[in-house]
Amino acid sequence: MSTATEAHGKAIGVPHVRVEGRDKVTGAARYAGEVPFPDLAHGWLVLSTVARGRVRFIDTAPVLGMPGVLAVLHHGNALPVDISWVDPQLGPPDATLGVFQQDLVPYAGWPVALVVAETSEQAREAAEALKVDYDQEAHDVALSYDHPGVYPLVGPLRPATEEKGDLAAELAASDVVVDAEYATGQGHHNPMEPHAVTARWEGDRLEVLDSNQGSPFVANALAQTFSLEPTAVRVRTEHVGGAFGSKSQARTHHVAAAMAARILDRPVRVVLTRRQMFSLTGYRSATIQRIRLGANPEGKLRAVEHRSLCQTSTTYEYVEASTMMTRMMYDADAHHTANLAVRLDVPTPGFMRAPGEAPGSFALECAMDELAEKCGIDPIELRLRNEPERGPISGREYSARNVVACFREGARRFGWAERDPRPGVRREGRWLLGTGTAAATYPMHVMPSSASVTANADATFTVRIAASDLGTGARTALTLAAADALEVAPERVRVEIGDTAFGFAMVAAASAGTRSWVFAIRKAVAQLREQLSQGAAVPPEGVTVMANTFAEAGALHHDDKERHTYGAQFAEVAVDPATGEVRVRRMLGMFAVGQIINPLTARSQFIGGMTWGISMALHEEAALDEATGSLVGADFAGYHISAHADVPAIEADWVDDPDPGDPVGIKGIGEIGNVGAAAAIANAVWHATGVRQRQLPIRPDRVLLATPGA
Amino acid sequence: MAPETSSAVTLNINGEKYTLSVDHRTTLLDALRERLDLTGAKKGCDQGQCGACTVLLDGRRAVSCLQLAVAAEGREITTIEGLAEGDRLHPVQQAFLDLDGYQCGYCTPGQICSAVAVIEEHAAGWPSAVTDDVRPEAGPAPLSAEEIRERMSGNLCRCGAYVAIVEAVGQAAATAADRIGTEEVTAV
Repeated sequence: MSTATEAHGKAIGVPHVRVEGRDKVTGAARYAGEVPFPDLAHGWLVLSTVARGRVRFIDTAPVLGMPGVLAVLHHGNALPVDISWVDPQLGPPDATLGVFQQDLVPYAGWPVALVVAETSEQAREAAEALKVDYDQEAHDVALSYDHPGVYPLVGPLRPATEEKGDLAAELAASDVVVDAEYATGQGHHNPMEPHAVTARWEGDRLEVLDSNQGSPFVANALAQTFSLEPTAVRVRTEHVGGAFGSKSQARTHHVAAAMAARILDRPVRVVLTRRQMFSLTGYRSATIQRIRLGANPEGKLRAVEHRSLCQTSTTYEYVEASTMMTRMMYDADAHHTANLAVRLDVPTPGFMRAPGEAPGSFALECAMDELAEKCGIDPIELRLRNEPERGPISGREYSARNVVACFREGARRFGWAERDPRPGVRREGRWLLGTGTAAATYPMHVMPSSASVTANADATFTVRIAASDLGTGARTALTLAAADALEVAPERVRVEIGDTAFGFAMVAAASAGTRSWVFAIRKAVAQLREQLSQGAAVPPEGVTVMANTFAEAGALHHDDKERHTYGAQFAEVAVDPATGEVRVRRMLGMFAVGQIINPLTARSQFIGGMTWGISMALHEEAALDEATGSLVGADFAGYHISAHADVPAIEADWVDDPDPGDPVGIKGIGEIGNVGAAAAIANAVWHATGVRQRQLPIRPDRVLLATPGA
Repeated sequence: MAPETSSAVTLNINGEKYTLSVDHRTTLLDALRERLDLTGAKKGCDQGQCGACTVLLDGRRAVSCLQLAVAAEGREITTIEGLAEGDRLHPVQQAFLDLDGYQCGYCTPGQICSAVAVIEEHAAGWPSAVTDDVRPEAGPAPLSAEEIRERMSGNLCRCGAYVAIVEAVGQAAATAADRIGTEEVTAV
């Protein structure tokens, strides 16, 4: 009898097409806003057009007279809700869950009303016709280091500041110093599927059909907000059209739909528009980061300082903890890091793919490249010389740290040895060519989850877990992992996900979903096999075992190891100094991420993350109009994400990454492809042009203004 | 007297005729999704910027969110639901499935509809912005990865599945036309 942690079969490590793939390529897969409901009403949100003030008057009468309009909900008639609760994992909710509870407007794009009508066309026209008057106040939306409100803000897992050693003394004693400021643009998740929810009440029970990253978390939030027993809310999510952090928690549309459904006593669907997603679903704050590195002539670090500033709203404290990577990546006698924030009249930011690490790695890994240049050392060699024995701040040992293997294998495949280190010397027609590299890392979490496994009488098995498949391939990965644990072919295993009826499970976030879910499934399988080994025949209703990893995950979460995944990113770019255009020509990512379950979908996830890196490096930047305090061009025309023509051939692969002390062996891969990718591209732009680009995105105008002779 | 705000239309979709009364404001996309329960075409932006709602109108790709349902009468409408023949997937669908040319799947119907038309447009000799020699006598250039990327750029994918999508379109095109070799279409 194998135990959960020893289970190895034949499915893991072999490429498998997605179990729901056929439904996705034929259009049969139904997303949250696509399931028919009898008697469905459609809600359309109305958002504030001022960035600060109060709602003075909402002229509902004309709108209520429009065809098909059923209700206009606003602060004058909303049901009372409670947002004084705290989620054990996510903390307190943002004020946007207190839908229509006050007349206060804390930012542009704040929900002020919901118009409900028989059809979506009627709801939309009425919402656009609704006249809202405001008492407008002066707003403050400009992020700057000089802002008087800058303060250290504690992150989700670590303090705001961590310091050791005498920074001034070590910098003064350093032979080589890099002192630079980096900036990243405000980013928006923009999953292709807009957020959509349908809410329906059955007496005091709330049924929700949703698109989310974790139904248990949405259900808990709704139960608390509407003061219901936790078991009175059922949330289901089947197919999710991308999320990237934006669907990780309950938001305005959930509460608005449930409130309207309660008042009208019929099912209500609320689908956000693309524009509404920019202010209601979180985003990545712009960052301004200062880094100082001091080193001896051989490039050995003596001083590391990284201070990162982000914005948060006046209603919630969220910090883009961009110095987290610095705290575990490189050591120095003096090592100071600080995550800073300033509260502005802006929407609340939140988790977005590789939160902290994505912008932080840009600053840190560009600074390391600058240090390599100043020391006259190859950038990879510089990193090898600064490989720490233990966590620089924590003092903990690394559970496995195979970043060197990633650099060595990546350098071999990329042809790094032939690279001429001199910048600005390669020309091909109108293009200047360059290559760059950067390290990648992401923390490895595991969170409590529960799963059930049923042995069916027909010799098949059903696994049930409240996981979400956001396009990550989780449904397929869990099928393969369960099959191997059961030692049966994957065709005999069916995995059902996304339903709070299956118990509590980790939200699909922080690259911890699959790892946490497999941990629970293996435990349930082990217990099931134990039962089946007694030899009794499986009854018609099957044999079901439910297990959870609440104790095991907690123990692992608080153990004494630095647990992370690693990678090395490589990029080649072409820069046209006449137009400022930057084109990425090729990328390679090598990753050390434990055991890969499904090579087919894992490759897609890495490449997807690296594509985000291109997008962050060259394209993505929400444009804020300081005069109105709102975004300009909050759509796919004004906010460009990488399109087909922006993305070249990208190669992603992985090195062996044994981690004998880890009880799961499977590590997260959702975020790390995005870490370091923008830095590798920016470093390649320097190698092409000889000019450092320290502000993302690297727009043509920024290249033109910075490049001599252009 | 209230103005007339709806009309009866007959839409020819995937070879079948559907007669329905639609609000004049109803887009073809909303008619498909909310009236006819054909939810394969997706709404990603509702303003013609993302391509998720791409369908084929008389064989050419169109974003159905910018097309009013009342204006689609008399046209041959093909949606993602109309591409497979029974259980047999269209070669483009099969290539997307085999090569993992998608992740969340939400842009996928639009990508696939676009790809079907791209392959036909290319085979018919239509040049693109990256075609070097556009003289008719030059004949069609190979459907290179660069050509596919250019022609598919109206279809956004936020998961970042472009690399595999381009591979899938190349493979499907190669299956469709023997004169185009796999090496040519997958070359960088």
